[in-house]
Formats: sequence, structure tokens, C-alpha cells
Amino acid sequence: MLDSIGTVLLAMLAGSLRVSTPFLFVSLGECLTEKSGRINLGNEGVLVLGAMVAYATSYETGSPWAGVLAAAFAGMLLGGLHGAICSLAKVNDVAMGIAIMLAGTGIAFFFGKPYVQPSATLLPGIPFGFWSDNAQLRNALSVCPLFLLGIAAAIALHWCFNATRVGLRVRIVGDSQDAALALGLPIDRTRFLATACGSALAGIGGSFLSLYYPGSWNEGLSSGQGLMAVALVVFSRWNPINCIYASLLFGAAGALGPSLQTVGITWGYYLFYAAPYIVTLVVLIITARGGRSLRGMPGQLSIGR
Amino acid sequence: MSSATSVTTAPAAAPAPPTDQWYPLRRSAEAILAPLIALCAAAAIFSIFLLFLGASPSDFIDLVWRGAFGSWFSIQNTVQRASPLLLTALCVAIPGQLGLVIIGGEAAVVLGGLAATVAALPLVNTSPVIVWAAMAVAGSAMGAFWIGISGWLRAKLNVNEVIASLVLAYIGLALFNHFVEGVLRDPASLNKPSTYGIGDQNMLDTVPWLDVHPGLPVGILACVLCWVLIYRTSAGFASRVTGGNIRAAQLQGLPVTKLIMLACAIGGGCAGLAGAIEVAAEYGRANASLNAGYGYTGILIAFLARFNPLAIMPMAILLGGLGAAGGLLQRRMDLPDATIQVLQGLIFVSILASDTLYGRFRWFQPRGAA
Repeated sequence: MLDSIGTVLLAMLAGSLRVSTPFLFVSLGECLTEKSGRINLGNEGVLVLGAMVAYATSYETGSPWAGVLAAAFAGMLLGGLHGAICSLAKVNDVAMGIAIMLAGTGIAFFFGKPYVQPSATLLPGIPFGFWSDNAQLRNALSVCPLFLLGIAAAIALHWCFNATRVGLRVRIVGDSQDAALALGLPIDRTRFLATACGSALAGIGGSFLSLYYPGSWNEGLSSGQGLMAVALVVFSRWNPINCIYASLLFGAAGALGPSLQTVGITWGYYLFYAAPYIVTLVVLIITARGGRSLRGMPGQLSIGR
Repeated sequence: MSSATSVTTAPAAAPAPPTDQWYPLRRSAEAILAPLIALCAAAAIFSIFLLFLGASPSDFIDLVWRGAFGSWFSIQNTVQRASPLLLTALCVAIPGQLGLVIIGGEAAVVLGGLAATVAALPLVNTSPVIVWAAMAVAGSAMGAFWIGISGWLRAKLNVNEVIASLVLAYIGLALFNHFVEGVLRDPASLNKPSTYGIGDQNMLDTVPWLDVHPGLPVGILACVLCWVLIYRTSAGFASRVTGGNIRAAQLQGLPVTKLIMLACAIGGGCAGLAGAIEVAAEYGRANASLNAGYGYTGILIAFLARFNPLAIMPMAILLGGLGAAGGLLQRRMDLPDATIQVLQGLIFVSILASDTLYGRFRWFQPRGAA
């Protein structure tokens, strides 16, 4: 009994460390975009495009890190397109995000067709479990460098929002258009840059999918992490540090079903996937009571009005 | 001062007779021209894209036309793809009248299909008509319930409907998978977990004489009914007032809470019905095929149609036609099947961006009565 609980916990830890990285990057990117007062549902497309570009670049150049950079660049382009079009008057950012999502996946599938077969150089894992003889534990603690990069990015973003001029400007633009106008801040340019940089982060998240885990390129690679990021950002209350916890939690919840299966419990395999969403919904309901908008929610966010 | 009070107490002056009788016509022209220009722009960008790849744009257009509408077979294919989109677009367009953006139609489709299958299973050996009635009722009730939750959360608890419906979509998909791969699974379905079938005798046939997907008449009927509901009833008018300015609607004493829940339930009912029809006409059982992205494409079609149910029809046919042409393109031009997805994405981006054209040109604006 104790043994199987240990197995489940270990599998959840492993699963959570393994699958949380794309969640982390996409939610950080979404967080940055939403902080500037705009929502980008197109990050799902960015994620898939990033995965394809990273894989293709790594295959052509032999360097997975070049792939990561290329993915960030591709994400920045697609996010920049979303940001630029949403700067036009009367364009709905929710609908445009879904259009960008379809366009991004379409472009990725189109150009990714020749890369489904060949195998590219993948990112190496960092063996944090070297001290243990337990193969399972060693496997679980082999961490992708991108995960550490993601944590660093979360801390940097948090610091940026709270301690730098740029971060303050982004928050002003996101919280009050009137205040931003009064201060003479370039609202459209700020949002454009925030969207482009946010999508660059999401693109890096995509490179993790194709270059580390699952570590190949095919059309069913993403399971909707890009859209889920919107829920993650709500869950973490627009706080980059909380995005780390939220990603680990969402990753662990996804790993719960498969790890219970390893000890013979098959019931509710799919229901566990829903657990973090139910928690998100409860968070939404609790915080929205009494007509207030969500605490921490940027005031100019179109979904908050 | 006294003149000001006399103005407020005096009965409202009769409105001046309209001096600009062509304005409604010009407004319609604007609503048709703007997306048309955007469509041409998308076609132009896509042609350049094709030229870069060394393919001929004129061959492409010719093949798309033949693949979508060129033969009876391709028209059937187009209609088959467009039919569910008519209903899933309504799931966005009706709540859209109230200013809500519901993006969880996908869950209403799959859960509607699942509920319809469950309702049909005990009735398999009765007559097909009973089975279809039960499926339609169960499917739309399930869809109405699922999207209704988002509406209820919005109306009663002030929870944002975009996030709520998205989160609920994932919960709905998890429930669907739980049932389809668990208690309701037919053990004989090995590779593709499915529920038990509703039986061949209960499959919905194509429309007599026309021989097209049975969802088409249902979808068209639903679009027309919804148009009447929105533009020709007081509830529809109240919804549009609410969508224009919710505070004003509340001050007028309009039942905003009820309207929101009702609109979400009707929209969800449409999407659920789409799921039920797909099960009855295409798959005969509920499985992952239902989760084909109809909900997400429906969102875009509703936005392209600017939430007008009548405009949903041409948009759904356009997108369905493009989808139908995919196979032919792949065979004849040796282009990957994702080509159509690229084109669709371009069209969506370009038409949605064209929203910014509205009101930019003086010629389309009402001309002064003053």
C-alpha cells in the first residue's frame, strides 16, 4: 500500500516536472500579454508553430538550442501579427486569437510535413537524480534545462512587473487606458510588444514539446496547452510566480490518471484531467462574487469588461 | 434655466422624417463589401504564397471550386461539413447579441452527441422516429444545460463567460472521455473507443430528393428561426438592447439575468443538436470523431457573420466548401492537406481584421438630417 502510494507520488512528480514546462512558458507569455490589457488565444497556434520550427531548425542545423531560438522568433512573428491587427479599432481580440490559432497550426502543419519522419537532435536532460540508485527516481529527476529557464523567466518577469519602469508601464497600460493616455504612454505599441514577447515565450514552450518531451514532431503534438494557458493565468491571478505553481499543478493533475494506472487503479483516468479546471472554475466563482472583478486582473482586459 | 426644465418636461418631439432613405441600403452594402474586400485580400496573399511554392493560383482556385461545388458529390461533401457549423455558429451568435462571447461550443457538441446516444440506446428496437426525437431532445437539452451553466455563472455570479465557457469546455471533454472510454464503452471498439451503436436502422438518412446531409435543413431552419427571434421579437430586441448597453437595459427594467441564461441555453441547445445529428447521421455512436473542432470553427463563423444568423449560412458554406476541396487539392496539386488550413486561417484573420473598416468611410454613414 505504502509502496504504491510512493509509486504514484513519484510518477506524479516525474509527470509534473516533465509536462509542466510548456504550460509554464505559455502561461508566462499569456500573463505578459494579459498584463498589457489584451488576451491572446492564439498562443495555441504559436505553441504548435514553435514546436515545428524548433524541430525543423534542430534537424537542419544539428543544434537544438538554435531550434529554441528559432521557435521564439517564429512565436514573436505570429504574436506580433496578432498584436498588430488587434491595435486596429473594432477588432475583437478573442476572435482574432482563435483565428491566429487556426492559422498558426495550419502553417505549422503545412511546413512541418517533411519533418514528421526524420529525427532531430533533442535537448539533453540535466541529471539531478545522480545521487540515487533508484532508476525511476533518476528518470524523474532528469530535468530539461528549459524548465529551469522557465523558472528564471517567471522570476525575471515578476521582478520586471514590480521593480522596473518597463513593467510599471505595461501594468498601467493594462490597468487603465485613461491613466496611460494621461501619462502619454504609447498604448498600442506597448500592447504590441507585450503580445509579441509573450508569444515568443509561448514559442519556446512549443520547442520543449518537439525537442524534449514527447520529443518528436507530429500533428497531434499539442493537447491544447496553449488555450489552457488562459485558465492557468486566471488560476495564478496574473502573477508570474504563481504561474510556476499552476503549471506544476496542471502537469501533476494530468499525470495523476496514468500514474494511478501503474498501480492498478483505472477508474477516473480522464476525470483527473478535469481536476485543475474545476479548481480554476471554483477560483473564478469565489473571486467574482459580489460584482467585483478578479483581484489582480488587469482592468483593461476585454474579458474583464 | 426655466427653458431647460421646460425641455425636460415637454413631451418628446416627433422624430424628424428620415431624410436619408438610402442609408439602410448603404449600411448593408458596407456589411457585404468589407468582408468581400477582406476575402479578396486573403486570396491575393494566398496566391503570392502559392507562387512562392511554384504552384499556380488559377489552378488552385479552379480546383477549390470543383472540389467544393463542381459536382453533386462535392456539394454533398461541402454541405456535410457546413451543416454542424451552422448550429455551432448559432451557439456563439445568440449569446453574442447580449455582448457575451461563448467559446465553449465544442463541449456542447460532444456532450450533446453523447447524451443523444445514451437516450437512443434503450430505444434502439422501437421505431426510428422515436429514436430521432429522443436524440434531438436529449442532445439539445444537454447542450443547453452545458452552455447554460456559463450563462448562469455570468448572470448570477458575475463570472466572466469567456473563461468560464473555456474551462467548462475542458471539463466537458474530460467527462465525455470518461464515459466513452469507461462505463459506456462498447468492448468491441478496440482502436477507437466508442459507445454502443444506435443501430443501422436508426441512422438518419440523407434528405430525400436532394440527397444531402440531414443537418442542412435543420441548420437552415435554426438560423432562420434565430433570425426571427433576434430581429422580430421583443425578447430579441431586449437582448440587443442589453448587448448595446447593459446598464441602460437594467435601468429600463429588462430581465437581463433571464435573457442571458435563455440566450446561452438556446445557443447551447443548437450546438448540442449538432452533436446529436452528427451521431445520428454520420457515426452511429459517440466517439472522438465528434471532437472535430466544429465548436471552434463555429466561433469564427459567428464573428465573420457579425452574429447575424442569416449571414452565418453563406459563411458556413464557404468554410465547408474549402474543407471539402482539401482532398482534391492534395491529389491533384500534391499540396499538403494543411494548405486548406492555411487558407482558412488567412481568411479568418483577414475578415476579422476588416472589422476595422466599418465606419471608416463617410459614404456609408447616415447623412445629416440637420
